[in-house]
Amino acid sequence: MQLNRLSVHQLSELLKKNEISSEEITKDYLQHIDQVEDDIKAFVTVTGEDALAQARSVDEKRSRGEELSPLAGIPMAITDNICTKGIKTTCASQILYNFVPPYDATVTERLKGAGAVLLGKCNMDEFAMGSSTENSGFFNTRNPFDLARVPGGASGGAAAAVAAGEAAFTLGTDTDGAIRQPASFCGVIGLKPTYGYVSKTGLISHASSLDQIGPITRDITDLALVLNVICGYDSKDSTSVSVDVPDFKKNLVCDVKGLKIGLPKEYFETNLSPEVAAKIQEAVRKLEELGAVCEEVSLPHTEYAPAAHYIISSAEASSNLARYDGVRHGLRVEEEDVLSMFKKTRSQGFGDEVKRRIMLGTFVLSTANYEAYYVKALKVRNLVRQDFDQVFKKYDLLLTPTSPSTAFPLAEKVNTPLAMYQSHIYNIPVNLAGLPAMSLPFGMVQGLSVGLQLIARPFDEGTLLRVGYTLEQSTDQTRPEPALSR
Amino acid sequence: MSKYEAVIGLEVHVELKTKTKLFCGCSTEFGKEPNSQVCPVCLGLPGSTGVLNKKVVELATKAGLALNCEIGTYTWFDRKNYYYPDLPKGYQISQVFRPIAYNGYLDIDVNGQTKRIRITRAHIEEDPGKLAHSGGSITNSLASFVDYNRSGMPLIEIVSEPEIRSGEEAKAYLEKLKAILEYTGVSDVKMEQGSLRCDANVSVRPVGSTTLGTKTEIKNMNSFRAVQRAIEYEVERQIAVLEYGDKVVQETRGWDENRGITVSMRNKENPDYRCFMDHELTPIELTREWIEEVRATIPELPDSRRKRLIEEYGLPAYDAGIITSSLALAEFFDATLQKFPDAKTISNWMMSELLRLLNAGNMELHQAKVTPDGLASLLNLIKKGTISNKIGKEVFEIMFKEGKDPEQIVKEKGLSQISDAGQLSQVIAEVIANNPKSVADFKSGKEQAIGFLVGQVMKATKGQANPGVVNKMLREELTK
Ligand SMILES: [Zn+2]
Repeated sequence: MQLNRLSVHQLSELLKKNEISSEEITKDYLQHIDQVEDDIKAFVTVTGEDALAQARSVDEKRSRGEELSPLAGIPMAITDNICTKGIKTTCASQILYNFVPPYDATVTERLKGAGAVLLGKCNMDEFAMGSSTENSGFFNTRNPFDLARVPGGASGGAAAAVAAGEAAFTLGTDTDGAIRQPASFCGVIGLKPTYGYVSKTGLISHASSLDQIGPITRDITDLALVLNVICGYDSKDSTSVSVDVPDFKKNLVCDVKGLKIGLPKEYFETNLSPEVAAKIQEAVRKLEELGAVCEEVSLPHTEYAPAAHYIISSAEASSNLARYDGVRHGLRVEEEDVLSMFKKTRSQGFGDEVKRRIMLGTFVLSTANYEAYYVKALKVRNLVRQDFDQVFKKYDLLLTPTSPSTAFPLAEKVNTPLAMYQSHIYNIPVNLAGLPAMSLPFGMVQGLSVGLQLIARPFDEGTLLRVGYTLEQSTDQTRPEPALSR
Repeated sequence: MSKYEAVIGLEVHVELKTKTKLFCGCSTEFGKEPNSQVCPVCLGLPGSTGVLNKKVVELATKAGLALNCEIGTYTWFDRKNYYYPDLPKGYQISQVFRPIAYNGYLDIDVNGQTKRIRITRAHIEEDPGKLAHSGGSITNSLASFVDYNRSGMPLIEIVSEPEIRSGEEAKAYLEKLKAILEYTGVSDVKMEQGSLRCDANVSVRPVGSTTLGTKTEIKNMNSFRAVQRAIEYEVERQIAVLEYGDKVVQETRGWDENRGITVSMRNKENPDYRCFMDHELTPIELTREWIEEVRATIPELPDSRRKRLIEEYGLPAYDAGIITSSLALAEFFDATLQKFPDAKTISNWMMSELLRLLNAGNMELHQAKVTPDGLASLLNLIKKGTISNKIGKEVFEIMFKEGKDPEQIVKEKGLSQISDAGQLSQVIAEVIANNPKSVADFKSGKEQAIGFLVGQVMKATKGQANPGVVNKMLREELTK
C-alpha cells in the first residue's frame, strides 16, 4: 500500500478502523520526503521530530477513544509565509531567513487543533511574488510531472508537495492565482476561498486586499474536510467576515442539473494554448452531458485587470514590506548609521522581483503619480467587480482555464517578468473581486496536467465543491499522477 | 504697530484615555519598564493583524463633538509610509483622507475679546515607539534604544486653521483645548507625561497680504508658556530675517527652553508619505443615532460653566474664567459651595490662596491635600469669628500641605481668636500705658491713632485678639 498516494479521507478511514497508526503514516511520509526531496525541493523546512511527536500524541488520543476530527493524524505541510509557532517562517526570503514566530497563524492553530500533523514548511516565490517558485530566496522547486519544468508559483512548493506525495494536503496563499496556477501545473486541486472567509492572522502580508489562504488537496472530499476546519470568523482579524460556515462535506453530491455556467469569452481568446483549450472544451461538454447549461458570457474589463492588479499589489507590498528594516527581526546588515543599515539590509535581503515591486509600488503611491496610477487602478478594480456582479445575476458559476498553458520550463521566463506575470492572467480578476475560485485538474497534455478554473459567487464555495465532485465522480481526468515514484 | 502679521496653526496630539492600545490589548499605563507593554501587533511582527479598539472611536467622537466638529459616518485608516527606527511597521496608521471629525471651532478669550479659531480636523492615529539615546541626544550618542511601550498608543491629532495671530492667542487656544478635553474625559491632558503635545506652524507676512509666507514648524515645547515664548521668539526671528532681506527657510525648528530660542533641527523637504488606505483594518461606520448617544454624554463644557458662574453667582468674568479653566478647579468650587454658600468668598480664596500655593509649588490641584470640605469649614470658622482672616491664611497653608481639618489645626496650635474681655483687658491696659503719645493723639481728635493701638494689641497677642472687640474696648477705655 502506497500510503502517500492515498487521499486524506482514505487515510482517515484507515486510522479510524485502527488499521494503521498516525505514527506509521507520518514515518512513511517522512521517508518518502527523504527519497524525493532532492529532486522536488518542495520544502524550506522539514520538522520530522515534531511531526512524529504530534502523530504519537494523536495515536494516544485515539487509543483513549477520543472523538477525533477527520484530519487527526494526517500529515500536512504549510507554505512558508504562514506563521508556525517555534518553527522558522521565512517567506522564502533571505531577509527573514531566521525568523521564528512566537505565535501560530489562526489557520495553523485550527489545523493543529484538529490534530493534523505538520511535516514542514513549503517553498514559495519570495513573499509570494512570482509565478514559478524561481523567485525563492533559497532554491527552485521542480514540477513532479517533469523535473525540468516549474511547479508554478507562488505556492509552488505547496502544490508540488501534494503532487509528489510529500504531504496529504497543504495550505498555500493566493494573491494573484498563487494557489490555483501551481495546482494546475502540478495536477492537484487548489482553492482560493472568498476574501474574508479564512482568517489572515499570521499570514505574512504581500498585498492585504488581495491575499487569501487556501487548501491544496488531491481530491474534492479532502478539500471539503480542510475547508471545514479553516473557514470561519476570527475576532483577531479585522477583515474576517462573520458568516455561517456550512458543513462542506454535505455539498459533495453528484448533481449539476440545471446549473447555469458562464464561459467568459475573454478567457478563451488571447494566448490560450490550443491543447489546453481543447481539454477545457471537453470538460464543458461533460458538464453539459450531465445537465448543466453552459453559455458564453462576457467580462469586458478583463484585459485591464492584470495592470490594475500589478499596481495595487505592488503598492500594498511596498508598504507591507517596509517593516523588514533590520531593526527588530530577520536579517540585519551592520552599518555605521541607521539609514545605511536600513539600506544595506534591504538591498541584501530582498531578491530582484521583490525589489522591482517595491520600486513600482513606491512609484505609484508617490504624490505625483497617485491619481494617475493607484487611483486609476482602484477604478479598474471596481469595473472588474461589476463585471462579475453582472454575470452572477444570471449564472451560478464561471468556467475558465486556470492558466493559458501547462507548466513551462525552468528558466524560460525568469528574465521576462511580465511574461511570467501573464501566466496568472485568468486568476487575477478573481482576487480583485474577492471571489472564491478553484483549480481542478482535467486531463493531461504531453505529460503535463491541465487545470480547469471554476469561479463562484462570494461565500458559495459549496457550488465549486459540488461541480468539482460531480466531475471527479464522472470522469477519470481529475487525478493525473506524476510518473515519479519510489 | 508692526508691519508684519503672524500666521500660526497648531497641531496638537492628544493621547486618549483608554485602558488598551489602538489596535491591540496591550496596556496604556504610563511609566512602566521599557518594552513591557508590547505584543506582536504593536511591534508590527510579520503576520500580526490588529483590531480597532472601540473605546478610541467613542472618545474621538466625543472630542470632535465637544470641539463643534462634524463627525464622519464612514471613515477609515490610512498608512503614512516612512522609515524611522521607532516605527515598527515602517508606516504609521492614521486618518489622512477621511478624518473622523472635521470643520469645528474653538472660541478663545484674549484681552477681553472672544475670537473663534476654526479646527480643520481631528483624526485618530497611532503613536510610534520612543527612542532613548545613550549620550542624551541623537547627535552625540553611540547607541540608541527603542521603547515600544508607546507604540500603538491611541492619539487624536487636532489641527487648527492658521488663524492664530500671536503666542498669547496660541496659549489661550491650548488652555481652552486642554480644558475641553479634560471636561469630556477624553484625555488626561498631562503635558509632562506626553499625553498632550503641540507643534506650531509659524509664518509671517506683511499686514494686508493674503498670501502665506514660508513657514517653519516648531517642536519640543513642553508647556503652554513655552509654546507662547517659542512662537513669540520665532515671529520676531522671521521678521528680522525678512527685514534683513533674507528668505525664511522652510524647516523644522526645536525650542531650546534654556536659551529661550528656536534652533534648526533638520532642513529637508517634506517627505512623501505615500499615503493610502490600510486594507488590514475595516473602515469605521457610525450611525447618526450612535453619534447622538455620544453627544448626550458630553458634560457641561467650560464656556457654559463660566457663564453660569457669572450669571448665577455674580463672580467677576476673570475669576469665573480661571476657575473653569480646569475641571478640577471648577469641581472644587462647586463642592465647596455646597457646604459654604458664599460664592464670592470661595472664589477669592481660590484665586488668591489656592492658586498662589499651586503656582509656587508648580503643582496640579490633585497634588494638593486641601479638600472642598476643608475649605468650607475654614471659611465657616472665619465667619463665626473663631479665627481671623489672617490666621485663616496660615491655617489654609497647613491644610494645603497636610490636609488636616482646620478646627483641629486651630485647636492644636491654639490659634482661635481672643474675644474674651477678661483676657484682653490686661493687654489693653499695658498698651495704653506704654504708648502715651498715641493715647494723647487720639484724645486730641486724631482718629487714626486708634489703628496703631489696635495693631499693638494684635502684636502682643500674636494676632489672636479679635480686632473688633479690641477696637471697642480701647475706645471705651480712652473715652472714660
Ligand atoms: Zn500590543
